[in-house]
Amino acid sequence: MNSVAAYALRLGDDALVLAQRTGEWIAAAPQLEEDVALGNIALDLLGQARSLLTYAGQAEGEGRDEDALAYLRDERDFTNLQLCELPNGDFAVTMARLLVFSSYQYELYSRLQYGTDPTLAAIAAKAVKEVDYHRDHATQWVLRLGDGTTESHQRMQAAAEHVWPYTDEMFDADDVTRELTEPGVAVDPGQLREPWSSYVGAVLDEATLTFPATRPAVTGGRRGIHTETMGYLLAQMQHLARSHPGAVRW
Amino acid sequence: MTEPAAQNLSAEGGHGAVPTTGVPAGSGRPVRDWPLWEVFVRSRRGLNHTHVGSLHAPDAPMALRNARDLYTRRQEGVSVWVIPADSITASSPDEKDSFFDPAADKVYRHPTFYQVPEGVDHL
Repeated sequence: MNSVAAYALRLGDDALVLAQRTGEWIAAAPQLEEDVALGNIALDLLGQARSLLTYAGQAEGEGRDEDALAYLRDERDFTNLQLCELPNGDFAVTMARLLVFSSYQYELYSRLQYGTDPTLAAIAAKAVKEVDYHRDHATQWVLRLGDGTTESHQRMQAAAEHVWPYTDEMFDADDVTRELTEPGVAVDPGQLREPWSSYVGAVLDEATLTFPATRPAVTGGRRGIHTETMGYLLAQMQHLARSHPGAVRW
Repeated sequence: MTEPAAQNLSAEGGHGAVPTTGVPAGSGRPVRDWPLWEVFVRSRRGLNHTHVGSLHAPDAPMALRNARDLYTRRQEGVSVWVIPADSITASSPDEKDSFFDPAADKVYRHPTFYQVPEGVDHL
């Protein structure tokens, strides 16, 4: 797979896997209103995934469409960040994960929309408005839970520390990004760290939370190495499509 | 429990003046712990904000965001208001006749005696 296809695929996989995780909250969120909000966020992510996977298939040129890429690949072929596949945990963990990921996506897309690949730039320009809202939603909740009751503060702090080790992977460069950064197709992941830290740090600070000092986890999502829960997630996501190959109506 | 329903004119419930006392209920205490908000959406410039429904939210900023998610999913609006439901004073169903019926036979209050110029959509 060429680098452009691989780059579109990893960004699409991030969105697809987090859409699947976020969707697990539907009908289980703390309130009906939050149910709808999380449903909207999951659908935004799914929309981004569809565009990115479709483009990855086109760039690859081997006839795979979005469905083939989403439903007919195995775990080792998925190149999403491990952060995106982390189980939902309690509501605080879900919000901590959304805060760190949507802040990353915001910094990424707001640069990628000026990139030299017109398709990736167009997808990014549409997505940046969506993730801006996701970031705001997560921010609002982190502020309220962090600066809320003793219980909510403790759980929000624990949630931040839980997801933190998986954030370093967002900023790791590899052969794909190194090849594409020079011609301006991709954004150098390393340059996102500083603006990301600045935003997330300010939110944690205002939420009376402590910036976690945890060590980076041993990750490798971009190389197809995933956590134990990934297989279960894929089984649920892919089961129907694999049981009825080629089915187009229900 | 024997208080007349007309004494309580809150808009709790989101359907205008709904009696909240003297009504048989399970626990006697709302299950919801978040306050109720009424939502008003302006669909485009030049029109008034219109009541579209209600929602629960812990505070005003979250109410505004929930309103965006619940009531403007399909680009219904350019502006949203949220108002705490208990800030609304509603007319009582018991006073319906004295409030509204006297206007029924006063045709001269309706602008039916002249032509509205073309192009004036929202008079």
